Amino acid sequence: MCAVCGCGTSPVEGHKHEAGSHGHGHGGGLDDDHHHHHGHDHHSHDHHNRDGEHDHHHAEDGSVHCRQGIAGVHVPGMGRERIIQVEREILSKNDAYATENRRYFVRQGVFALNFVSSPGSGKTSLLVRTISELKERVTINVIEGDQQTSNDAARIRETGARAVQINTGKGCHLDAHMVGHAVEDLAPEPGSVLFIENVGNLVCPAAFDLGEAHKVVVLSLTEGEDKPLKYPDMFAAADLMILNKADLLPHLDFDVGLCITNALLVNPRLQTLIVSARTGEGMEALYGWLEASAVRQDKRPKVV
Amino acid sequence: MHEMSLMESVIEIICETARLNGARRVKSVRLDVGVLSHVDPDALLFCYEAVRHGTLAGRAKLEINRIAGKGWCLDCSKTVALKERFGACPHCGRHRVQMTAGDELKIRDMEVS
Repeated sequence: MCAVCGCGTSPVEGHKHEAGSHGHGHGGGLDDDHHHHHGHDHHSHDHHNRDGEHDHHHAEDGSVHCRQGIAGVHVPGMGRERIIQVEREILSKNDAYATENRRYFVRQGVFALNFVSSPGSGKTSLLVRTISELKERVTINVIEGDQQTSNDAARIRETGARAVQINTGKGCHLDAHMVGHAVEDLAPEPGSVLFIENVGNLVCPAAFDLGEAHKVVVLSLTEGEDKPLKYPDMFAAADLMILNKADLLPHLDFDVGLCITNALLVNPRLQTLIVSARTGEGMEALYGWLEASAVRQDKRPKVV
Repeated sequence: MHEMSLMESVIEIICETARLNGARRVKSVRLDVGVLSHVDPDALLFCYEAVRHGTLAGRAKLEINRIAGKGWCLDCSKTVALKERFGACPHCGRHRVQMTAGDELKIRDMEVS
C-alpha cells in the first residue's frame, strides 16, 4: 500500500493499480522507496562539479549519496551532523499533482469544478438535476468522493452520465493525486464538463487544490447563516456559493442577506446563487454561470 | 483530520531530501506553522507520532515554530496584529485587512546525520 497517497486505502472504483503502468509513476512497492515522479524539480545538487570533484555516488539501488566519504575515512572534528534548509510548502506535493491536473484540463478543454460542502447539503441532488437538464447541451462526467459506498456514483449514472467513485476510507478529503488517477480512468472528452464532488466536510477539502477551475461551495438553508464565519477557509477558497434548498425558505428563519454578508466578510469576491435542486428554482442561473465560466476558461491563453 | 495527510507529506518530503543529501537519519525537523493557518499544531504533533515510524525520520524530533498573524489594514495604512483569519483591524474595527503573515505551512529545515 502506498502510505503517502493512500492508493491502497482509497480505491478508485474499477481502477486497476498496476505498478509502473499508470501515468502517476509508482516505482517500487515499499513505503520508503516510494517516489512520485511528477516532473517537478527535486534534484538540486550540482551534478557537474567543475572542480573535478564528483561529490556524490550513485548507489546500486539508485539512491544518491552526497558527500559521503570513502568507507572508513573520517576527518577528526568534522561531524556528519548538519542542517539542511528545506524551505518547502507542506502542501507542495499535492500542489504539484494539482498543477498537472490543471494543465491536463486546460489542454483538453475540460471545465472542472470542485463541489464542497457539509454532508447532506444536497450536492448530489444538485448534480443529478444539472446533468439531467443539461445533457443535451454538454457532456458532463463526475468524480464522486466519499469515505465509503458508491451510492452517489450510482445515482449519477442513472442520469446516463459517466461517474467514477473514489472511496477515501479514513480520509476526510480528496487530494490531487486521487483525482489524477480518477481522471485517467474517466478520460473526459475534450470540451466536456467535469464535476468533482468532494467528501462532505466543510473543513479539510478547503486546503487541497485538485486542479479545478473553481471551487463551488454548497450551503443548504437549514445549516444556518453563520456557517461562512464558523468555517471561513472553505468560503475563502470558493469562487461561487450555492444556497440550496430554497424551497424551504418560507418554513425557516434563515436570513439570506445576513448569510451573504457573512460570506463576503471572508471572501469579498464570492458570487452567490440561490437554488432549489428539488423544485428547480434558480437552476437556470446556475447553468448560465456554468456556461459563461466555461467559455472564460477556454478564452484564457493556454500555457502548456 | 487533514493533519494526517499533511504529516505524511512532511515525512515524504524530508525523507526524500535526506536521501538526496546522503543522510542516514533525520535528527530533527522544524516547521513554520502560522496561527491563522487551517491546522492545529497539537494535531500535527499527534499525527507525526503516528506516521514517522519505520522511516529515516523514525526518531526525529519535531519542532513547530508558531508564526503570529499580521495584516495590512487598508484604512489605517499600517501593519496590524491579526487574531483570527479574516478578522477585523484592532484599531479601526473594519475588515479591510489583507493577511501578510500567519498563514504559513512550511518545512523550514532539518538536522541530519
